[in-house]
Amino acid sequence: MSWFKRIKEGITTSTKEKKETPEGLWYKCPSCKKISPTNEHAQNKYVCLNEECHYHEKIGSAEYFEILFDNNEFIELNDNLTAGDPLEFVDTKKYTDRLVDTAKKTNLKDALRTGHGKVEGEDLVIACMDFSFIGGSMGSVVGEKIARACDYCIENRIPLMIISKSGGARMMEAAFSLMQMAKTAAKLSLMSEAKVPYISFLTDPTTGGVTASYAMLGDLNIAEPQALIGFAGPRVVKETIGKDLPKGFQTSEFVLEHGFLDKIINRKELKAKLAQLLRMFKN
Amino acid sequence: MNYLEFEKPIEELQTQLEKIQEAAAKSGMDVSKITSEMEEKIKEARTKIYGNLTPWQRVQVSRHPDRPYTLAYIDYITEGTFMELHGDRTVKDDKAMVGGFGSIDGKTVMFIGQQKGINTKMRQIRNFGMPNPEGYRKALRLMKLAEKFNKPIVTLIDTPGAFPGLEAEERGQGEAIARNLLEMSQLKVPVICIVIGEGASGGALGIGIGDKVLMLENTWYSVISPESCSSILWRNWNNKERAAEALKLTPNDMLGNKLIDGIVPEPIGGAHTNHEETFKIVKDVILKNLAQLEKLDPKKRVAQRIDKFCAMGVVNEEEL
Repeated sequence: MSWFKRIKEGITTSTKEKKETPEGLWYKCPSCKKISPTNEHAQNKYVCLNEECHYHEKIGSAEYFEILFDNNEFIELNDNLTAGDPLEFVDTKKYTDRLVDTAKKTNLKDALRTGHGKVEGEDLVIACMDFSFIGGSMGSVVGEKIARACDYCIENRIPLMIISKSGGARMMEAAFSLMQMAKTAAKLSLMSEAKVPYISFLTDPTTGGVTASYAMLGDLNIAEPQALIGFAGPRVVKETIGKDLPKGFQTSEFVLEHGFLDKIINRKELKAKLAQLLRMFKN
Repeated sequence: MNYLEFEKPIEELQTQLEKIQEAAAKSGMDVSKITSEMEEKIKEARTKIYGNLTPWQRVQVSRHPDRPYTLAYIDYITEGTFMELHGDRTVKDDKAMVGGFGSIDGKTVMFIGQQKGINTKMRQIRNFGMPNPEGYRKALRLMKLAEKFNKPIVTLIDTPGAFPGLEAEERGQGEAIARNLLEMSQLKVPVICIVIGEGASGGALGIGIGDKVLMLENTWYSVISPESCSSILWRNWNNKERAAEALKLTPNDMLGNKLIDGIVPEPIGGAHTNHEETFKIVKDVILKNLAQLEKLDPKKRVAQRIDKFCAMGVVNEEEL
């Protein structure tokens, strides 16, 4: 029975010698629960390392620019634009305070950044939404940056890709934000007239006014796997029909099956396939 | 006649007047003097109440059960010449969206609009004025038809929103609205859009890209209804009045923010008190604006339309 008995008393490692595990060393996939080292997960373009899972972690503009632009080199366009507060909107807190707090927390100026760089040597302007900025909501800044990106693309004859990730319109800008749908669609009609390619890339989630404007208007509509894509949110649809939603409702795969997407592309293959498409448009 | 909560003083006067008239009819007394006095009082009460509507009260008027709906306007304006055209040529005919040719003073115009039902059965058939994707695609098909034969387009907007149903999602509600926004901004014929009731979000905007976007006096237009706004921002429906204020959804606010081009006055006491008068006003407004828009070269008209929408929004631009 002696091996049950502790011979040495107490914990003998002194506090000085204790090793702390550094924060954020491990990533746990919310879908398959597999644990993988953070750096490997990042190298895998933030896609779960489990081959059968392929869960695409939500990432922001910084990560997409790094994944897509050669050597992460790009010129950022119109990064001097920030939101106004035309309606002096106050809900549970003032909109101006919300903007300041969010900017501080996220180090972003609004929910979309635009950059001009090269993808395997091909020129491309990418407008990428950041979900971390008030749910990626579309307000005047998002609309204006897209409008200006369209002008830039038409002038320089460079294709445009918009990466959507948004809950929809920004309520704190009410009708101003509604009209950004009209504004972006109108600008895209000019892109279309000028025959400059526009690729819409839909990621998790893309809903509301973003789906009902630029996200669905690509010459090509492409999505990441398993993304939530829809006009009305699933909760609203469920309340409307008073039943549980079918499995896989409003996923990329569902939207492709119903004919509204050209392709679903895994993030790991995105850069190569995108470059291939850009060359196909060009040659 | 139905009365809203804040219309109670009008209702009381109206009931009094009816009682007097009833009594007079029985006794044969001459009540013309008192009747005209009462009528004057009712008019005064209406002017007073409707001169000071809160945003939430205006939202309620826009949904007034006696308010006229799209087809009533079209029938009057086209003097019975309206030829309704059906179907999106793909899935089906959406009864929440109506459209067709009609003539105004001998001129052919394409009319399109959301249609609410006039009774319980019709409300169901019309899906409460909430179109499915087929509705937006029918609207676009008719607009393209009008463009082909060089006929101007008038859209009448009155919807609590695009329908958020399961099939609507399957058939691409988002794509249908988005397509309309893009195509409408390039239409070569004049387009006039008039909000005649509720202008709720993308469902309204889906037929709302015009050279002239106008709102009737007692209507609202915004990104979301006050009720839904309240439920999202405050997690309950009790703040709908506050939400209505905050959203700045009234015609005056919308015009002040340069998000619409004009306001169409209603008869004193609202469109529901005098349908015919309302229709006449709307008809005149359509004729006046069409005459103006038709003078422009189509290319210039399209460019102006696009520039107008592209100028919407407020951003701060830091010096570089």
